Amino acid sequence: MPEARDTAIDILLVEDSPDDADLMIEALKESQLALRVTLVEDGEQALAYLYRQGAYLEAPRPNLILLDLHLPRKNGHEVLAEIKEDAALRRIPVVILTASENEQAILQAYDLHANCCVCKPADQEQFALVVRKIEQFWLRFARRP
Amino acid sequence: MNLMSNGARPIEILLVEDSIDEAELTMETLREGRVSNKVHWAQDGEEALDFLRRQGRHGGAPRPDLILLDLHLPRKGGHEVLAEIKSHPQWKRIPVVIMTASTDEKDILAAYDRHANCYVTKPIELDKFMEAVRSIEDFWLSIVHLPAA
Repeated sequence: MPEARDTAIDILLVEDSPDDADLMIEALKESQLALRVTLVEDGEQALAYLYRQGAYLEAPRPNLILLDLHLPRKNGHEVLAEIKEDAALRRIPVVILTASENEQAILQAYDLHANCCVCKPADQEQFALVVRKIEQFWLRFARRP
Repeated sequence: MNLMSNGARPIEILLVEDSIDEAELTMETLREGRVSNKVHWAQDGEEALDFLRRQGRHGGAPRPDLILLDLHLPRKGGHEVLAEIKSHPQWKRIPVVIMTASTDEKDILAAYDRHANCYVTKPIELDKFMEAVRSIEDFWLSIVHLPAA
């Protein structure tokens, strides 16, 4: 359905843990909105996607970014800093997901202008619920650019 | 259910809103919420900055954990207040939720460009207005890990 594709909401998921990524994608599939989730597994890939480099020349501009902090090659803080310093990318909401309640890492993310930080619960059901709450708030209530 | 751990103390919210009716409705809705919170009300942009600077009658003001900011404010507009907060070394980490009647795309872009943490429009109908406030409570006070200091 080409119409659905045109109105689909693009979400960029930056997550190196396959288990966490699977769980999040499954939780997002329950959305009543047409979502297109793209998964990239490290910070370099995330930036290549956003700058439409290499394999990502045709990549759409995501409507929302879900960014893990602990990533190989380039970590979440570095990716966040680049996004929020770029005049065109900075307006994309970035939701930080972090496994640990590391206050210092969370403060640093807010200082770098993360739109919000959410801790990943260890319990799978709670984690899925958190993902659904992110979907509900950011895609239904919040106005995005 | 509270999925995050902001500790036992109530969440301090700074509400910046010039409409008395809307401020009262927002405060009442937040008071009914499950998460313990304390709302401080500033009626214009200058007063919001006084609160953050702990000036005048806001000498004993706590540092807010979350700011709900209207855009159309007397004395100093919401965009200006937002820009001051987000360029201040200590205040910039405080999440700012824009709550406004404006659905103008220019306002939305300008707010995100100035690092608003999110943008929510206030519906005119009472039920929808309360639903919007509850959605903020349900996400920002329950799911989000707010900065600790």
